[in-house]
Amino acid sequence: MQRPLTANIRPNAPPPDCAAYERAGGYQAMRRALLQMTPADVVGEVTKSGLRGRGGAGFGTGQKWSFVPKRKPGRRSYLIANADEMEPGTFKDRLLLEGDPHQMIEAVIVSAYAVGATDGYIFVRGEYKLAIARLTQAIGEAHAAGYLGEDILGSGYSLNLHIHASAGRYICGEETALLTALEGRRAQPRNKPPFPQVSGLWGAPSVVNNVETLCNIPHIIANGADWFKSLGRGADGGTKLYGISGRVKRPGTWELPIGTPMREILEEHAGGMQDGYQLRALLPGGASTAFLGADQLDTAMDYGSVEKAGSRLGTGSAIVLDDRSCPVGMICNLEHFFAQESCGWCTPCRDGLPWVERMLRALEDGDGEDEDLHQLQRHVGLLGPGRTFCAHAPGAMAPLESGLRHFRDEFERHVRERHCSWR
Amino acid sequence: MSTADIIEPRTDEPLSEQLRDEIRALGEHEAHPRAACIAALQRVQEEYRWVSDAHLREVAPLLGMSPADLDGVATYFNLIFRRPVGRRVLLLCDSVTCWLMQRERLEAHLRHRLGIVPGQTTPDGDITLLPTVCLGHCDHAPAMMLDNELYGDLDEQRMDAIIDGTAKAMP
Ligand SMILES: Cc1cc2nc3c(=O)[nH]c(=O)nc-3n(C[C@H](O)[C@H](O)[C@H](O)COP(=O)(O)O)c2cc1C
Ligand code: SF4
Ligand code: FES
Repeated sequence: MQRPLTANIRPNAPPPDCAAYERAGGYQAMRRALLQMTPADVVGEVTKSGLRGRGGAGFGTGQKWSFVPKRKPGRRSYLIANADEMEPGTFKDRLLLEGDPHQMIEAVIVSAYAVGATDGYIFVRGEYKLAIARLTQAIGEAHAAGYLGEDILGSGYSLNLHIHASAGRYICGEETALLTALEGRRAQPRNKPPFPQVSGLWGAPSVVNNVETLCNIPHIIANGADWFKSLGRGADGGTKLYGISGRVKRPGTWELPIGTPMREILEEHAGGMQDGYQLRALLPGGASTAFLGADQLDTAMDYGSVEKAGSRLGTGSAIVLDDRSCPVGMICNLEHFFAQESCGWCTPCRDGLPWVERMLRALEDGDGEDEDLHQLQRHVGLLGPGRTFCAHAPGAMAPLESGLRHFRDEFERHVRERHCSWR
Repeated sequence: MSTADIIEPRTDEPLSEQLRDEIRALGEHEAHPRAACIAALQRVQEEYRWVSDAHLREVAPLLGMSPADLDGVATYFNLIFRRPVGRRVLLLCDSVTCWLMQRERLEAHLRHRLGIVPGQTTPDGDITLLPTVCLGHCDHAPAMMLDNELYGDLDEQRMDAIIDGTAKAMP
């Protein structure tokens, strides 16, 4: 099985330095792109590959890039790697950043070339200290090798690459809030349109892509769109980093063909549930996705199949709810996170999420009323898609809405028995 | 020891000329100086552990910002401390996987051992305990960070060893 994204990553070993990365075939895609292809060729190949964003929304990468207007001489433009990764239960990008920083850098160079960017940023959450240190070192090495800076490989293309260490705020991962953060302002999301590709950082054309999305690019350029498509098991192309956490025997991250069924990931790779625990449900793609029940384990983990099952592929990082943890408590924990991380810009999210958290806390404390369940259900609609300025609040409603469906009896039992029977 | 030990007398000192130059240079490296404000606040914090009002007022003009503007950014972020913290900062993850893996028990253990609740500093000024969102270490939940070092697979014993300085970081 091919594992292009993680081929150079060894557990508990330092990442390859520039020379080792090159010995493994690294920076060849960059040579090919910069010396033998036009930017339009690169965009074309990526479009043909069918690569979709791995950051959550799943937008077609080539299509996204094609919205960047024609380059004007003297105008700055930006390619930004989104390495904020603060969604609870998601830890896949850390593996790529820490395990193979040169792959990230080559990915940014090739992608920046494709969209005509003059400057690149890697926006990393502040807690990822090791990733920041390794990327900083790798950027130094890439500079020394002539892969960054002026006139790379004599191609006439120049790129400055910067690392931005953030200071911890989930909303910074939302692509327009990320741009605001890079500008040194309170990271509130911006209205769309205009889309960042047209007017982004400092009003200049900007493309924001997830770390895993970008890391696919050198491999697509090196091996071609058809090779990439052949890696997937269903309609989507490529591999996917899948993660599982919770009460499984071997929690972790694996690179597998996109479209691998959840059951196979859970049982073969994560080793199944820990002894004495049963799977009750799981969030297939991080904290902002809807629960899938234990009867939905045969869902193929690709965009279309997970959607058909009533959830989202999201970041592909599953969080397992076992049969000895309280579903209401778990949802309460999730809504605490979302309430705390609301940027406060729009009222439904700023005021609604704390309400939701308080009602869930009351249920857990045995102070819930029947009416609360009705109120929770109402909030699902009031904070749902289209009601708020950005996707933060709708994301927060996904586990709540699906939780109210899957665990209705649990919610009712909390009200009836006036306590949480799991504690 | 009294709480007076927690409040660093050094924070009343003006920033060193060297640090001011460094912050100016950070600003000049960016398309617009204010883009360096997080990096500048992080530098101040490296030196003084937190960002005092006096220091914030000094940094703002170096980046062409008003103090209120800079404070607006500083207070927005989880990792910029606008109040004094202890010599060590312990960030205990309170997100979903850690919750599923019994992080509440560990928090209770810490409260007991340190005699403080999250948000407080031990009376001897040694440790500030803060909750944090998912550290991206969920495959080793429950997880925490102490002084920028990441620790996972926590239980009470391991936690004690970490605080006593006898445990290894990661997993
Ligand atoms: C509240 C919120 C947080 C987000 N956090 C991240 C993140 O940490 N990393 C990420 O890649 N995308 C995140 N996204 C999605 C981004 O807005 C954007 O869709 C993504 O970076 C685009 O990259 P892609 O097309 O390569 O997936 C977040 C979205 C929202 C609404
Ligand atoms: S939905 Fe929430 S996070 Fe998004 S803009 Fe509104 S308040 Fe901010
Ligand atoms: S939930 Fe605690 S490290 Fe991810």
